Amino acid sequence: MSTVDRLSVLKTYKLFVGGKFPRSESGRVYEVTDSKGNWLANAPLSSRKDARDAVVAARKAFGAWSGATAYNRGQILYRVAEMLEGRRDQFTAEVADAEGLSKAKAAAQVDAAIDRWVWYAGWTDKVAQIVGGANPVAGPFFNVSSPEPTGVVAVLAPQESSFLGLVSVIAPVIATGNTAVVIASERAPLPALSLGEVLATSDLPGGVVNLLSGRTAELAVPLAAHQDVNAVDLAGADAELARELEIGAADNLKRVFRPRSVDFSAEPGTDRLTAFLETKTVWHPTGSLGAGGSSY
Amino acid sequence: MADVTASEGTLRRFLHGLPGVDPVGLEARAATLGTRSIKTTAKAYAIDLAISMIDLTTLEGADTPGKVRALCGKALNPDPTDRGTPRTAAVCVYPDMVATAVEAVQGSDVKVASVATAFPAGRAALPVKLADTKDAVAAGAHEIDMVIDRGAFLSGRYLEVFEEIKAVKEVCGNARLKVIFETGELSTYDNIRRASWIGMLAGADFIKTSTGKVAVNATPANTLLMLEAVRDFRELTGVQVGVKPAGGIRTTKDAIKFLVLVNETVGEDWLDNHWFRFGASSLLNDLLMQRQKLSTGRYSGPDYVTVD
Repeated sequence: MSTVDRLSVLKTYKLFVGGKFPRSESGRVYEVTDSKGNWLANAPLSSRKDARDAVVAARKAFGAWSGATAYNRGQILYRVAEMLEGRRDQFTAEVADAEGLSKAKAAAQVDAAIDRWVWYAGWTDKVAQIVGGANPVAGPFFNVSSPEPTGVVAVLAPQESSFLGLVSVIAPVIATGNTAVVIASERAPLPALSLGEVLATSDLPGGVVNLLSGRTAELAVPLAAHQDVNAVDLAGADAELARELEIGAADNLKRVFRPRSVDFSAEPGTDRLTAFLETKTVWHPTGSLGAGGSSY
Repeated sequence: MADVTASEGTLRRFLHGLPGVDPVGLEARAATLGTRSIKTTAKAYAIDLAISMIDLTTLEGADTPGKVRALCGKALNPDPTDRGTPRTAAVCVYPDMVATAVEAVQGSDVKVASVATAFPAGRAALPVKLADTKDAVAAGAHEIDMVIDRGAFLSGRYLEVFEEIKAVKEVCGNARLKVIFETGELSTYDNIRRASWIGMLAGADFIKTSTGKVAVNATPANTLLMLEAVRDFRELTGVQVGVKPAGGIRTTKDAIKFLVLVNETVGEDWLDNHWFRFGASSLLNDLLMQRQKLSTGRYSGPDYVTVD
């Protein structure tokens, strides 16, 4: 057979849930087009049940991931960057198609996304020193605070920045030990679905990141109301949807990270990193103050 | 049917004369019935029915009176946030915990079931098994879950298995007897059918799939087979026998599949906790979460049910 006759093999884009690549439980797909309206691929149109299954997977993964050492989490995040580097061209092409960017600009986005994984990989074992520490208290106690991950975080990925924005919202969530259920950009989900393939080969335990594609509003509503989701990042919600989701999230007092305008190409700061943390404070008695005034 | 059990020979001829099971057909039928979509009001009905059919079970070496009392509390009031939740059918415990459980469920319609006869292996002499059973009955158990002697069954000593079940049934008195076959150890569907008939001929009130202590427990296929057996037995003798799948049923979806099997195989007569039970522990929490989802519209989570 000559090379001319060969039919190219099209990729079936699938969800990434619990470390596996299932189709949507509903069997539905929707057409994804590039910025000019040309067909690119069919992406799964996830249902509420897919969202629920993803929460179950994320909850199951939470114990081991939050219990892993910060150093180990950092290594794995760095590994994600390594794997991405090897597939730089693929992601460059996908981002260029999705966002209508020139190849050079798309490559810059991918490079920035890879660097962002490294940046957050470095943060995993440093965040406790920044937001935790010993507190001076007026009493015979040694008082120490340390940050702990909030739990399962539902993340609405930014709608416009299909890859750099996506990485910028996932990495801070999992760096501190949370697990994530991510709704990819509705119009441009392909880079997100491909990221699943990278995460699956980066020693990231199954279920730590779960990627869903589909209608953001359809998936976000049950997630925001889900009693087993501990926090939501509303980056990808418009003002009206964000309002509705905040109301749903209030029922079990979820942490809510409100949408705000972010330049994803700039250094991100620690906003997102510290948004999904709970502070645990331990009061350790040191005995009554001695005559000498020392409590130790 | 008395002549069937007259001797080892007649019993063997009868059991080996039962029609052979077509495993492919059986599993295909069980799988097909498992694809029914049960939604909204039918689902709500199925969930409540399933809750009312649970034998809430704790069979651990580490069971304490406190844990048994907590389990009974849960059986009496499965969802403290919704008093309309039905109670489970029974709690199932080891014989030495029966007295504790009986005291805890006193005055309610929740029954106390006790495993007996050297559960789960059943490897003890008959007098020991009978003493075990008597002990549980004396402590107030309403139901006895016995295990058959799989060793005797697998080596073809059917009459011995039959006589043993009969002997246990005699010492049960008013307590209902559930006979566990440990289907995972019987190797073939033909054996499960034969064991079901031995159990029913010997006077079992319930036939039960498994102990929950081996790798393969209740499956839709082996439960379907046992449902067919109790259906055929009632046609032949007029006596109704209950069925209890146990072990490995953890989700609402699974439980509803079993209820569909019951409805389609033996019909409504068995859709009652007097005739059908689930041996389960974690299933209840999943049913409660699904129940909360139906009533509130929000997905629930494990933080909102009790941990046992």
